[in-house]
Amino acid sequence: MTSMLPSALRLPPALHRHRGLIILAALIAVLPLALRNDYHYDVVINAGLNAIVVVGLNLLIGYAGQISLGHAAFFGLGAYVSAILTTTYGWPALGAMATGIVVVGIVAYVIARPILRLKGHYLAMATLGIGVIISIVLNTEAQVTGGPDGMSAAPFTVLGYTFASEQSWYWLVGGALLLTVWLSTNLIDSPIGRALRALHGAEIGARVVGIDTTRYKVLIFVISAMFASFAGSLFAHHTPTVTPSILGFIKSVEFVVMAVFGGMASVMGSVVGAFIMTLLPNVLAAFEDFEPIILGGIMMGTMIFMPKGLVPTIAKKLRRKEAP
Amino acid sequence: MIESMIQFILAGLTSGAIYALVGLGFSIIYNASHVINFAQGEFIVIGGMSTVALLAAGVPLPLAIVLATLVTMLVGLALARFAIQPAKDADVVALIIITIGASIFLRGVVQLVFGKDIHSLPAFSGETPLNLMGATLMPQSLWVMGISSALIVVIAWFFNATLAGKAMLATAYNALAARLMGVDTKWVLLSAFALSALLGAVGGIVVTPITFVSYESGIMLGLKGFSAAVLGGLGNGVGAVAGGLILGIVEAMSAGYLSSAYKDAIAFIIILVVLVVRPNGLFGKKGIDRV
Amino acid sequence: MSLLKVTNLTKSFGGVSAIRDLSFTIEAGTIHSIIGPNGAGKTTLFNLITGVYTPSSGSVRFNDREVGGVEPHKLAELGMNRTFQNLQIFHNMSAVENVMVGAHLHLRKGLLHSMLRLPSLARSERETREQCWELMDFVGLAQYRHTEASAMSYGALKRLEIARALAAKPKLLLLDEPAAGLNDTETREVDEVIKRIAAQGITVVLVEHDMKMVMGISDHILVLDYGAKLAEGTPAEIRSNPDVIAAYLGTVG
Repeated sequence: MTSMLPSALRLPPALHRHRGLIILAALIAVLPLALRNDYHYDVVINAGLNAIVVVGLNLLIGYAGQISLGHAAFFGLGAYVSAILTTTYGWPALGAMATGIVVVGIVAYVIARPILRLKGHYLAMATLGIGVIISIVLNTEAQVTGGPDGMSAAPFTVLGYTFASEQSWYWLVGGALLLTVWLSTNLIDSPIGRALRALHGAEIGARVVGIDTTRYKVLIFVISAMFASFAGSLFAHHTPTVTPSILGFIKSVEFVVMAVFGGMASVMGSVVGAFIMTLLPNVLAAFEDFEPIILGGIMMGTMIFMPKGLVPTIAKKLRRKEAP
Repeated sequence: MIESMIQFILAGLTSGAIYALVGLGFSIIYNASHVINFAQGEFIVIGGMSTVALLAAGVPLPLAIVLATLVTMLVGLALARFAIQPAKDADVVALIIITIGASIFLRGVVQLVFGKDIHSLPAFSGETPLNLMGATLMPQSLWVMGISSALIVVIAWFFNATLAGKAMLATAYNALAARLMGVDTKWVLLSAFALSALLGAVGGIVVTPITFVSYESGIMLGLKGFSAAVLGGLGNGVGAVAGGLILGIVEAMSAGYLSSAYKDAIAFIIILVVLVVRPNGLFGKKGIDRV
Repeated sequence: MSLLKVTNLTKSFGGVSAIRDLSFTIEAGTIHSIIGPNGAGKTTLFNLITGVYTPSSGSVRFNDREVGGVEPHKLAELGMNRTFQNLQIFHNMSAVENVMVGAHLHLRKGLLHSMLRLPSLARSERETREQCWELMDFVGLAQYRHTEASAMSYGALKRLEIARALAAKPKLLLLDEPAAGLNDTETREVDEVIKRIAAQGITVVLVEHDMKMVMGISDHILVLDYGAKLAEGTPAEIRSNPDVIAAYLGTVG
């Protein structure tokens, strides 16, 4: 892309790398002008939380080429750790959140070592199984988790300030999303990020130049699980009740769909995918019974007509127009 | 002691037979196209629901079964023709999304056409339980096991003894070589979807009197079928059948002896252990990376 | 001490021996070629030496250390690197990023370091990019500095793999048919590149079909036939070896 622009127009490298982040920050700053009520805020906040999970998941799927059909379990685990520690044990919110991230990181690490040797559909099956198992455990251990009825987390209080209004949550989640995007963009454009993309591009080629591919697969699985846990903790404090439905197979699939729909190996694609796929059901609610048909149709149509996802396909079209 | 064990095995074989059919469907499609068809569970629902609707409309049961199976096969063909064929060059994840999209789409259609209620069919030959060495068995379970076994035998015969079946196997082994030998691989893809739709529909119809059917019941059945296929080794028909039966029995045993809440979890733990020990399933061949 | 010592190496796939009881040594600082008819086991031998396959029996010693069955990434750390007959290019990256992956072993890879993009990382990234551009110049890819790998020709990608392997700073570089599929001009360029690599003190082992090239640049040649050693020696010795002429060279003309 850079090579096509006249050199006078080329941005300094740091700005160029983070051009998506800058656009996103601007959008987050002006979006409240279009939000009319708490319901609007609520939808956008959930979209932002989903976006955090999906940006992390895309590091695994889009960049490293490893699928996970169980990521909702890490999102849900983070949510439950926050809910349980803040209500049952009275922990401060940030401490609970950090504990959740560490716990999920450890769980993901223990799981990742054996299963990331698997490839393709077998890995899909294994991650799916892990997700189902975690979801069943949380559903069944009712005395700890509240079972199918779920449980609530204490309000999110940091340094004496409690995030109560939807507006305050909007800025909190907006900031968290920008942080996630910034960290992820940096990671992708580093030796670690190149190793991840290399093992996706040609695994044996990566190994012979000295990349311990198993180590990097495990690393990125753990990191993406930790991002999911981070979003899950925030979600727990924002939602009235945390229920097992947030960590089931369907939710895992939704995350993957957001990542793929928005664009594989595209951080901004993940954000766009998460927003559209979160907003869509709310828009389609007007069509009531036709909602799943339209949703399924959009999923199939996108993958058939633009298999690289929305953002990369549009970016390619724009580039072609620019070029003579 | 022994009675309850037999009871659990019988229950396991009944649900295992259905998992085997769905798993076999996964394997047939995987062989023909390397696609994992997550809409496989919907074939069961469409088969069961259509039979219910036709029966309610006054069509006699045998005719309703045939018509419902044909409807499901048409849906399978449409899925292959309009969703899979146009995306032939898409990568694995994109194909997974397409078939998941298809399953959501079909679930939506089922919900629109048949509603959200749970339906059932009358048992084919009454509700009087049979006694088998102290364990009780519903006659419908015999129907499930019998029909499934018969179908599996027919499928085995089809792949091993007919030209069409052999052409499909050849395509699975090496699509390019098969094409060069004059096999129409497009036809193979369509046949594979029609065949797995048939398996799903028949499975759905015979099991509906026991488990009932609703627009949502395809999700878990699809997952179980996928598990059966992976457990046995993707693309291995015998493996899928064995995987289905093992899965059914393990589930029934865990529900009976350990905890019914954890039966699904135990089934998945066993699948994980198998995959860690044998990354290509119980009967899968080890692959070599070629460079 | 020899750099690479292969002793009684055997590899069979399901009862068929691709490599049979093969022994040879490679001295440091020279250019070696492995030749033989199609199916003689040359690529299998490469895969055994570089850890892609595990030997059925026998030993591979590199720098006086047993490396048979050692994982490829560990061999890279020990100073062994290779290119592929069927390219293993990262098509999802730019050309220079492909080469930068080759430098992976020599870079700092701290996680926080990377995620926060600390100034030291930014600096090291700049320097690595410069060095990798120089390596691209070295193999004759100067005009591809800003190109995506997916937009490059086959011949250019072959040289990109060489640049990537060089970025790892290997002691031993194995090239699997570096001239296959190239035209005469490109072949001469690759020939020059190999000579310049050897001149830097890197030991080069190549599998190659282009006899003119092999005879022109090799210090030492090993001839394989049906997975076993048929002959070895200097180009002059190989050219006059009756077994080789009968089995192989006779057909080249």
